[in-house]
Amino acid sequence: MDIALQHISKHFGAVQANQDISVSFHGGRIIGILGENGAGKSTLMKILSGFQPADSGEILVDGIPLKAGNPLAALAAGIGMLQQDPLDVPSFTIIEDFIYGQPPGRRVNGRAAFTLFRETCQRFGFDLDPDMPVSQLSIGQRQQLEIVRLLALGVKTMILDEPTTGISAEQKSVLFNALTELAHSEGLVILLVSHKLEDVIVLCDEAIVLRAGKLVGQVEMPATTAQLVSLMFGQVLAPQTRSIVPLGEPSLKLENVTLKGKRITIENFTLNIRRGEVVGLAGLDGSGQELLLRSVAGLTRLHHGAVYVNDRVMTGRAYRDFMAAGVIFSAAGRLEEGLVSGLTLTEHTALVGQGAVIQWTAERERTAARIQHFNVRGKPESRIEALSGGNQQRFLMALLPETPTLLSLEQPTRGLDVDSARYIWEQLLSRRSQGTAILFTSPDLDEVVAYSDRIIVCYSGKLFEIADASRVTIDELGRLIGGAFP
Amino acid sequence: MNEELINILNSIVANATPLVIAGLGETITERSGVVNLSLDGSLALSAMAGFVAALGTGSVAVGMLVAMLVGAGIAAIVAIGNIELRQDQVAIGFVLTLLCADIAQFLGQDYTGLAAITLPQINVPLLSEIPIVGPILFEHSVIVYVSYVLIFIMWLGMFHTRGGLALRAVGDKPETAFARGTRVNRQRYIYTLIGGALVGLAGAAYSLAIKPGWSNPPAMRGDGWIALAIVIFGGWHPFRVVLGAYLFAALRALSSAIQRSPDIQIPFVLLNMLPWLLMIGTLMLVSGGVIDRLLNLMPRSAQKWMRNFLRSEPPAALGTRFDADG
Amino acid sequence: MKPGLPRRIAFGVLPVVASLLITSVLILLVGSSPVEVFKTIFEGAFRNSNAFASVINFWIPLTLVSIGLTITFSAGLWNIGAEGQVIMGALFASWAARTFVLPSPIMLPLEVALAALGGALWGFVVGILRTRFGVHEIFGGVGLNAIASVFAIYLISGPWQPPEGGGAQATAPFPDYALIPDLSPELPIGLFALIILIVSIFVVYFALRGTRWGLELKATGKNPRSALLLGVPTTRVMLSAFMACGALAGIAGSYRVLFTYDSLRQGISGGIGYLGVLIVLLIGARPLWVPVISFLFAAILAGSTRLRISLQLDQSLAGILQGTLVLIVLLSNGLRQRLLERGQEKPVPPQQITTTMEMRQPTVTTAPTETAHE
Repeated sequence: MDIALQHISKHFGAVQANQDISVSFHGGRIIGILGENGAGKSTLMKILSGFQPADSGEILVDGIPLKAGNPLAALAAGIGMLQQDPLDVPSFTIIEDFIYGQPPGRRVNGRAAFTLFRETCQRFGFDLDPDMPVSQLSIGQRQQLEIVRLLALGVKTMILDEPTTGISAEQKSVLFNALTELAHSEGLVILLVSHKLEDVIVLCDEAIVLRAGKLVGQVEMPATTAQLVSLMFGQVLAPQTRSIVPLGEPSLKLENVTLKGKRITIENFTLNIRRGEVVGLAGLDGSGQELLLRSVAGLTRLHHGAVYVNDRVMTGRAYRDFMAAGVIFSAAGRLEEGLVSGLTLTEHTALVGQGAVIQWTAERERTAARIQHFNVRGKPESRIEALSGGNQQRFLMALLPETPTLLSLEQPTRGLDVDSARYIWEQLLSRRSQGTAILFTSPDLDEVVAYSDRIIVCYSGKLFEIADASRVTIDELGRLIGGAFP
Repeated sequence: MNEELINILNSIVANATPLVIAGLGETITERSGVVNLSLDGSLALSAMAGFVAALGTGSVAVGMLVAMLVGAGIAAIVAIGNIELRQDQVAIGFVLTLLCADIAQFLGQDYTGLAAITLPQINVPLLSEIPIVGPILFEHSVIVYVSYVLIFIMWLGMFHTRGGLALRAVGDKPETAFARGTRVNRQRYIYTLIGGALVGLAGAAYSLAIKPGWSNPPAMRGDGWIALAIVIFGGWHPFRVVLGAYLFAALRALSSAIQRSPDIQIPFVLLNMLPWLLMIGTLMLVSGGVIDRLLNLMPRSAQKWMRNFLRSEPPAALGTRFDADG
Repeated sequence: MKPGLPRRIAFGVLPVVASLLITSVLILLVGSSPVEVFKTIFEGAFRNSNAFASVINFWIPLTLVSIGLTITFSAGLWNIGAEGQVIMGALFASWAARTFVLPSPIMLPLEVALAALGGALWGFVVGILRTRFGVHEIFGGVGLNAIASVFAIYLISGPWQPPEGGGAQATAPFPDYALIPDLSPELPIGLFALIILIVSIFVVYFALRGTRWGLELKATGKNPRSALLLGVPTTRVMLSAFMACGALAGIAGSYRVLFTYDSLRQGISGGIGYLGVLIVLLIGARPLWVPVISFLFAAILAGSTRLRISLQLDQSLAGILQGTLVLIVLLSNGLRQRLLERGQEKPVPPQQITTTMEMRQPTVTTAPTETAHE
């Protein structure tokens, strides 16, 4: 199979996501699509798989032009995409999701479906129970389901968008073996979108690099990290330096705490976080980090045990009390949990202010000052949803108190471009040097290792502490989050 | 089992039937992601329209058809208002429920208290001779048998056909449905109209069978809200919705039996409040997660096929709009 | 002429015309004449000072309820239970009228205060059902409305029945000192109540625009989860919204029982709770517009009472006029936006399109706000 993309361009508002990209892919190869966040990789792949129409350009599949903007046309042409959040139906069972979308002729509970499913799973070593509801699967399992489904539909080109985020090392190796076999034995075109160089170097036959919407390079493997990095960034990035900050007294303590979440329980542990300390939480989705982050801020009740903030008992108190004590939680979904769409920047400022009556002029001035200080591209009267993701996160930072006691952050740089991500960490580190403790999660192990003093790995409700983050490698961390606790 | 008890049970089945039909109709609509809040007004208007049409043409069949068309028409307004015109389903539905009740009262003012024309009663041969069960289930107006068939078709369709998969996907995760080739909004139109037609049929079930004729205030007032609550109580599963309808009718029958009995002295006021207290109570039960906890107590193998029946979560995309862009 | 002005006028006038047309069709269907009907309604509202007074008589409690509803709608809540809150206010005021013997200047404020309390209490129940027990406020409201109504009937036909019997229609009239007095024989309007109304409008307006509580309501209405994380006590905010609206509805109920009628009777709330919801649906959470639209609806209501006498037509026509108007406005809002999107015109930036629905509508089946306690 041969795919040719010719002069693909796409813009979203003022942003040129893809600029005149022309490239070809051939069957039997695994091709890495590299680039930093916001480089245009996902957009290009969505165009290829029909989930987005391009503004201009053509796609030829074995010489035949592909109808644009139609996922079913792409599927008919043999192109399937595994999205970062796999597109399945949570209320279905695995087998129902497998069948839904299949061409007619396979009854819902028919033998043929079950057999096909089981056979495909066995071939790749996927362990999936057909009657399990999709809502209870981990991301890795949902990926496997989608891969099996796409294969059953007869795709000849499979696109995987950031598949290794949030899966364990073990699941990753199962996946990579499957992909290798699909490409080299079956002749599929495998496109792997990733910003993880080590994955691409290990798995791919070649790689293309996107930067700021343009195709900047096509490289055969093996290539060195330095080569790829220079293509991705245009220069070699100096690693962010962190000043050494003396750690103070514990500002937050969880003592003999048991947490019970919807699907996970963390039993009987004690955690002390000291002033100025950055603790990173690593683990697969649903291993307990989210539960921990929220319990620390009083958003989830402790099943057992006590929580102290600056030696004050805070067990069972409302989140507002935690806020008053300086413990602030920030969720991954900025607009869903943290900012109010429809409210202006000034209204947000007023909302977190004091006093029963609002002095609008004063609030407007305060907002303008914050906008300036935090370099937010927006005006006090702008609605928050009109700002870009990076600016929203900056504004969210601006709403925080000056020196909080502890910041409990869920994926603080999710969806941000490099610039904004660095800025956010600058802000966080500056607060840290004034004594703020930081507890955060990130699916990006690089981020976890780069910024943490200490790392806690969560797996299935068990916690494993790495006392010195500078001593651990990404590889080891990857194995730990898969449960390989020594 | 004595005669009177059998009669009571028989009347429970009959009285529950309109709730069953309306509940099933709304279940389909909500499974596709649309809330048809106009149910209460819709029942009234379609009941009146069906009655008037039947009187006018002398044909019950025509009456039923008209009622179904009215129900579907009202549902169409909800669907169009939501899908095409991007307005909130709840708002449109609420205005419609008031409006349709008013229209029914206004247009029906000359028809109150008129002699009724009803669907035929049939005792199903053979089946109605089964001891106990026979007289309870098989000596009814035709509409009751229609409801039996509906229950079965609904269950079969929803869980054992491809169409059912598409329906559930549309209400749960329309993005996925779209990616799998389902035309989301078209499905929503279709199922909202079907649901509306069933609501219309339920209206006809009142005015042409179970509570024949038309009165002011209408006999079925408030039942639309009960039906909406039953759908929630029923976890959007046909069997459980039907169970809810029968339970409700049974409790109503119990309440009137108590009212009539000279032995038990419970103040009327409490008994009249009972349906509403029940409605609130069952909703509290469902939201409190009691049923979910029940599911988790069961052995794994039983969970497998009970899961659909005991689920209490609404279709995840219920009440939201789907805009297929790009 | 400003570009788009003709279109804007058209969209303003269209709903009115359309609802008149639809209503006319229905009138024709029952064999009457639309012209006659509309003339009758107009006369019923405006033919003399008595008629006008009856319009005001509807207008005062209707506006009170609607003002209250702007509070709950601001918070994204569907307070269908307003009807029951009106009834509760009426019940509490009736109880006060029957229980206390005090001079008017003390009696009236006392009754109104108790009525507000009763309405607030009933609003609180709806709120608790929603926040604590996850029962959506539409169901809670409908259920509690019915329960309040049953309770009122019970009182009227039982403990509070008039000495001569008389079926379950009304209690005996309340003593004079308990009733709100007329402004003058020619102008039977309750001045006391009018003052309360005007004060309420301004208080609510100010509360929604200028207080933190008002902003918290707005934030909770748009995104309860984010509001919580920004420090807003969302449960408390929602409960206070239900109670504030309930209080105003309760006061409306006291007006009905202490002025409009001189006793408690069946149907004391007269559908003004539901009508208030329609009004707020029509214009959104804008306290200053409420009295205007409410006046229109009150005129329709007052005028329609004449229909039965003059033309033997059912009063539900009023509801039809009001309902079709709101429905068509809602639909035409959508139509206008769609046409704008499709048309050759440059799409207007969001700030300029004033949709009447500024708040986020909750779905009917939302679960309780969160397991997170605040």
